[in-house]
Amino acid sequence: MSMLSFEKKYRVRGGTLVGGDLFDFWVGPFYVGFFGVTTMFFTVLGTALIFYGAALGDTWNVWRINIAPPDLSYGLGFAPLKEGGLWQLITICALGAFISWALRQAEISRKLGMGLHIPFAYGMAVFAYFTLVVIRPVLMGAWGHGFPYGIFSHLDWVSNVGYQYLHFHYNPAHMIAVTFFFTTTLALSLHGGLVLSALNPPKGQVVKTAEHENTFFRDIIGYSIGTLGIHRLGLFLALSAGFWSAVCIVISGPFWTRGWPEWWGWWLNLPIWS
Amino acid sequence: MNIFVQCGIGVAAVVGAAVTFLTFERPPIETVQRGFRGTAQELVYTTRAVDRIAARNVVPEADPPVDPIGQKSSEVYENVQVLGDLDAGQFIRLMAAITAWVSPEQGCNYCHNPENLASDEVYTKVVTRRMLQMTKAINTNWKPHVQETGVTCYTCHRGQPIPAYVWSTEPGRSSSMLASSAGQNVVSSAAGLTSLPYDPFTAFFRDALPIRVAGTTPHGPDNRASIKQTEWTYGLMMHFSQATGANCTFCHNTQNFANWNDAPPQRHSAWHGIRMVREINNTYIEPLTPLWAANRNGPPERGSATMSRLGPHGDALKVNCASCHQGAHKPLLGAPMLSNYPELNAVSSQLPRSASMTPR
Repeated sequence: MSMLSFEKKYRVRGGTLVGGDLFDFWVGPFYVGFFGVTTMFFTVLGTALIFYGAALGDTWNVWRINIAPPDLSYGLGFAPLKEGGLWQLITICALGAFISWALRQAEISRKLGMGLHIPFAYGMAVFAYFTLVVIRPVLMGAWGHGFPYGIFSHLDWVSNVGYQYLHFHYNPAHMIAVTFFFTTTLALSLHGGLVLSALNPPKGQVVKTAEHENTFFRDIIGYSIGTLGIHRLGLFLALSAGFWSAVCIVISGPFWTRGWPEWWGWWLNLPIWS
Repeated sequence: MNIFVQCGIGVAAVVGAAVTFLTFERPPIETVQRGFRGTAQELVYTTRAVDRIAARNVVPEADPPVDPIGQKSSEVYENVQVLGDLDAGQFIRLMAAITAWVSPEQGCNYCHNPENLASDEVYTKVVTRRMLQMTKAINTNWKPHVQETGVTCYTCHRGQPIPAYVWSTEPGRSSSMLASSAGQNVVSSAAGLTSLPYDPFTAFFRDALPIRVAGTTPHGPDNRASIKQTEWTYGLMMHFSQATGANCTFCHNTQNFANWNDAPPQRHSAWHGIRMVREINNTYIEPLTPLWAANRNGPPERGSATMSRLGPHGDALKVNCASCHQGAHKPLLGAPMLSNYPELNAVSSQLPRSASMTPR
């Protein structure tokens, strides 16, 4: 892939987090860096282990391949490779790759003198995964509480975990997370619609400005959050969705063991009802 | 920031902290794996809850066995209709046990006229005969559910004349001009504080409406079950869970609720339990309703057991899963109490003389 003529001036040295100039170069369009190398290492190793795990299993049907965590009886110790140990190694590789990727984003942001919003945002997704496979299993006392790696198998896990708490829609953090997910799509569609409508006037007219966009929203709901504000709002909504997803699963088990409908007993017992 | 905003934030912080720190549980927790690893078929308890369940399910010490007198109770005592085949010594041992299990506060007089113990004038004695026959029927005909553990009077009664967990048909909620609420959309204590149907018992434990709603073919044209029916089933399932202290995965692999092949064996036991409960309610309890109707507040020596013997609709107080289970996956955590009281299996199944079945 060729480089645009002005791109060269953004290819600056420095800004690395570790290793100084080590790996501080580009391969084609890609910045490598120390964390590019560690990302590759963990990705290749983890993927190879997944193939090994699939080969040990009884199917190559891509929907049914399943690499399951250890039995609960292994607690927080290591399990034999074929009895969940592979899941443990793959989890280490996944976290190594995900965290390396976030740090590579941070290095590139630093090189360019930008804020760290992107690695922070990506880090929220990594945090949700970390919650699922590390924080919650540690709080519950066994790696076996992690979810299995497989397309159908992880869906079955989600279903059974939901029904461990009888009716997961009554989980208060799940309610908040779902609300943020829906609100994110609402905000994104409003934003996309607004920008495209300003940029696509009837044939023969000039493209409209940000002031038109602001005026539209002031006319219709009396307030416009503004061109920068909508992106702050969008990031907040999306990160909140991920954050509350992590909360809703980490409280299921470590901090609530019964049906989620029953948690609302405190609300029903408030002395404000007749 | 003005003072009102500051106060608002302060109040919200206090309320938020109270909800966060006071309404949840906390580790350590105990889990039981019940399926292949990674399928999340697990039971989850706090250690404290396990201790509470254990403390609530302590079996009273068994009365020491007595030497047989060598004479049948029907030969020694008058009007012994269902326990006549017992040895007279064992008969007295059983009477003492029943008193301890059912009416320790009220004593013998809860069922007997102290002037004439043979008399049937206290209606509770007539009820007890059927309850003894019911106990034997459960222990002999419903082994697929109760196995060899079996039940005794104590399994339900736990020292109270009226068992703690009973139900009667719920009076419908009036919705005046609104559309019918279809038996739901209020807090349902029967269904674990959900808004699911609040009286699944009349539909499934007295009547035998279909519980299964899942089709056997994808989007099959033969399956006419509605979402509404499904919520009735869900309500009943919530009761199962509350009664047994176990979650849905105790009986189901939820990737396919209907599939028996991947279901834990407990689901088979529950299938028989549903039918057992129906038989208890329809064969043993409902027919006694006239006796309770004539003695709504119990016998003369009722002590503190003054609760109405009938529900708001005038129907008898019936049993569900919680009557025996009381929050444990096995009643009394599977303690084989029946084995200490073989007398309960010597009950005669012959229907008591009909004259005494009607209220006096």
